[in-house]
Amino acid sequence: MGELIVNTSGGAPIPLTAYLIVSLIMFFAGIYGFFTRKNLILILISIELILNSVDINFAAFNRYLFPDRMEGLFYALFVIAISACETAVAIAIVINVYRKFGNTEVDNIQQMKN
Amino acid sequence: MDMDYTLLILLLPLCSFLFIGLSGTKLKPAVAGIVGTLSLTAVTLLSYYTAYDYFSSQNISGVWQTLTPYNFTWLHVGEKLHIDLGILLDPISVLMLVVISTVSLMVHIYSMGYMKGEKGFQRYYAFLSLFTFSMLGLVLATNIFQMYIFWELVGVSSYLLIGFYYTKPAAVAASKKAFIVTRFADFFFLIGILVLSYFTQTFDFEALLIGDGSILSGAMGSTFIGASALTWAMALIFIGAAGKSAMFPLHIWLPDAMEGPTPVSALIHAATMVVAGVYLVARMFPIYIGFTPEVLQGIAYGGAFTAMFAAVIAIVQTDIKRVLAFSTISQIGFMMVALGVSTSMQLAEHEHGGLGYMASMFHLFTHAMFKSLLFLGAGSIIHAVHSNEMADMGGLRKYMPITHITFLIACLAIAGIPPFSGFVSKDEIMTAAYGFGTGMGIWMTITAGLTAFYMFRLYYRIFWNKEYEVHGGHLPHESPRSMTIPLMFLALLTLVGGFIPFGKFVTADHTQYTIHLDTTIAIISVVVALAAIGLATILYRKENDQPARLAGRMQGLYKAAYHRFYIDEVYQFITKKIIFNGISRPFAWFDRHVIDGAINGLGWITTRTSEAVKGFQSGSVQWYAWVFLFATLLITFLTILFTH
Amino acid sequence: MLEQIIFSILAIAIALFSVLAVTSKRIIRSAIYLLFVLLATAGLFLMLNYHFLFAVQVTVYAGGIMVLFIMAIFLTHKPGKIVERRTNLKIISSILLSGGGLILCGYIILRNVTRVYNYLKINEINMQDIGRAMMGTEKYQFLLPFEAISLLLLACIIGAIMIARKEKNIETNDNKDLDHK
Repeated sequence: MGELIVNTSGGAPIPLTAYLIVSLIMFFAGIYGFFTRKNLILILISIELILNSVDINFAAFNRYLFPDRMEGLFYALFVIAISACETAVAIAIVINVYRKFGNTEVDNIQQMKN
Repeated sequence: MDMDYTLLILLLPLCSFLFIGLSGTKLKPAVAGIVGTLSLTAVTLLSYYTAYDYFSSQNISGVWQTLTPYNFTWLHVGEKLHIDLGILLDPISVLMLVVISTVSLMVHIYSMGYMKGEKGFQRYYAFLSLFTFSMLGLVLATNIFQMYIFWELVGVSSYLLIGFYYTKPAAVAASKKAFIVTRFADFFFLIGILVLSYFTQTFDFEALLIGDGSILSGAMGSTFIGASALTWAMALIFIGAAGKSAMFPLHIWLPDAMEGPTPVSALIHAATMVVAGVYLVARMFPIYIGFTPEVLQGIAYGGAFTAMFAAVIAIVQTDIKRVLAFSTISQIGFMMVALGVSTSMQLAEHEHGGLGYMASMFHLFTHAMFKSLLFLGAGSIIHAVHSNEMADMGGLRKYMPITHITFLIACLAIAGIPPFSGFVSKDEIMTAAYGFGTGMGIWMTITAGLTAFYMFRLYYRIFWNKEYEVHGGHLPHESPRSMTIPLMFLALLTLVGGFIPFGKFVTADHTQYTIHLDTTIAIISVVVALAAIGLATILYRKENDQPARLAGRMQGLYKAAYHRFYIDEVYQFITKKIIFNGISRPFAWFDRHVIDGAINGLGWITTRTSEAVKGFQSGSVQWYAWVFLFATLLITFLTILFTH
Repeated sequence: MLEQIIFSILAIAIALFSVLAVTSKRIIRSAIYLLFVLLATAGLFLMLNYHFLFAVQVTVYAGGIMVLFIMAIFLTHKPGKIVERRTNLKIISSILLSGGGLILCGYIILRNVTRVYNYLKINEINMQDIGRAMMGTEKYQFLLPFEAISLLLLACIIGAIMIARKEKNIETNDNKDLDHK
């Protein structure tokens, strides 16, 4: 993977592609975690990874393509804010689930009743 | 012309039915009985007044008029056809009014004693009122459809009353049997009505019966399997009448209907409902005689066969109510014969073609009186000895003098001994039968002889024969006053009924006719009846082994007759073996396996499909996300594949 | 050169810790690996010269959210407990799918982002500019999304309260009679 980054240097220090590849790896790691984890908290961690990879993309695109504007910066900020909200609410739910079932397995809440 | 009070005759029983029926057990039994009886008393008085009013005022130059005090359109069916409800007064409907209200009143009074202390006393009186209402509505119907409506209502109330002791399986089975058999016949009646009204565009009796028959020409014209539509319609209507009147082979329900309370048997299954068929044929008589005489002949032969057939069975029955039931079937056969042997509407000094009609109605009247008397007498006996079987009786004349005397009067009447009422009416039937053909006359004379024989067998077995064996330490006693008074009243009617100048009132063409006895035929009848009574006296007055030996000598016939010629078994065979196994089973199989199978198959496929796709809706978000991502990547991959 | 070395370190750290965060069997370790990933991401922001984003990333993400996670883990798990794993089939299918996705997307990126983008090293963005852009209603100013986010935050607060309160209500309903209300 490092190879990719090293090889793409064409005079300029770090190419955009390098940022994208890093974010891509983080993104699919998050996806993998989201699929395979059983624990609700671990699923949340995976989601954080996914969101974070998006942040990198926002920032990198902004800086490389439109350096005189700030959309990417702001949307990265907003994503951080939203992920903070989401985490807070999700953890509240997880704790409720824990109170009810005694653990935080995702299989508990497959049925939305009870 | 008015006579609008006749509406009350219909409304009073209906009101008392609703009142007693809806009050239920909140009403004291005695109150229910009194309310029913009082309303019936009023109905009876009104009926008598109607008869008086009608027969004193509605005769214009020797012809009885037909009145319709009420007739309103109830339902419109298409442009021309409409169903009316109303009241029709003519000699036979007035006659039936008197018969029904009299017998019904007697039964109401009698039941106060007979049914005392029974569970469901109020229900009993409610049903009696319903029956009376239905029966009165039937005879007062202005059109054939109204008649059909009340016809069914009578069937329903009969069903309810036969099944009055609904905890007894035999009563339940009997009520079902009665309902199904009569309903089966009513089906043909309905088809007949529909065929008739299809061609004539009317249900109305007046339009159908009065006039030159031009209204029937459409039905006359079209033929179906070798007979005109009218013939078919009238034959089908007769099948309905035969079902209600227990003509062979639809008679099987009537003996079983004796499971009901005895007063009910007297009212419904002896005097009123079972003669509804006779009344129906009499009502449609102008069409039968004028346009379909072949059906009328069929009625005559069917009636004659039924009369003989039932009489033979009645000889060997041991249940006294069964004997009376078969006797009723036989007597209705007489009435049908009388109607069937008529050859014209006219009845005058030298034209006896319409004699049968008059005789039939006369016999209907007298039969209602003496047969209800017999049934009520039988009820009184059953009340005293708590058994229906002849073997449990004998020598009762000492204990129940009033019942004994009145029963004897009724027996003499039905046997045709002068001067009792049955003699006169039966003699008219005989005259009409001999007028039709000597063979028919002789056949009916033999049947009359059998009638006398089995009635006196019954009489002797109950009141003479052996000494009464005391069961359980108490002697049979005379019934209470409420039961004996109706007996005496009916006995009185039976005594004097024959002297009513009946021909003055009821004839086919509504003219007046003076009854005169045909001496030869009268003598023959009386001799035959006396001989039969004599034979019965020899065999049954004292206990002896003659009857048993006689039975042993004619064992085959005896057994067959005792088992009612196995007609029930034939029905069982037809319904169980042929219809159930041959038709219903395959249908049931088809229904269960093909139709249900198709539906179940659909259900099965749905369930299977659901099971198969259930996994997609597992509720597992991870799985959803997996599928979502997979699809997204697939689409992306394909897009790249096909765009580059 | 130094920049490239730093970026390589950060990139390797992100890739490594991301994978570790989703494969570790101990939940607390996963959380810590996540923290490393977040910090490395913050480093990337710094390299992109987004200092404000770096600060937010460190304080909100690495600070606030991670504290929440760790609190939740402490609340619901015994220390050192090994979490259960999915079945092999599930893991293999997930690996295949994620790997397939990675390859597909990587192929797209490498194939399409052909032009080598570069950027001028300009000074970091002023806080003043950021504040103006956030509070303005002009073009390229973000008051509306900002307000939307603030509404969302409000909704989250209410939602969190509701979730917390609901449990209490259920408990009281279970324990006491409804008639007491």
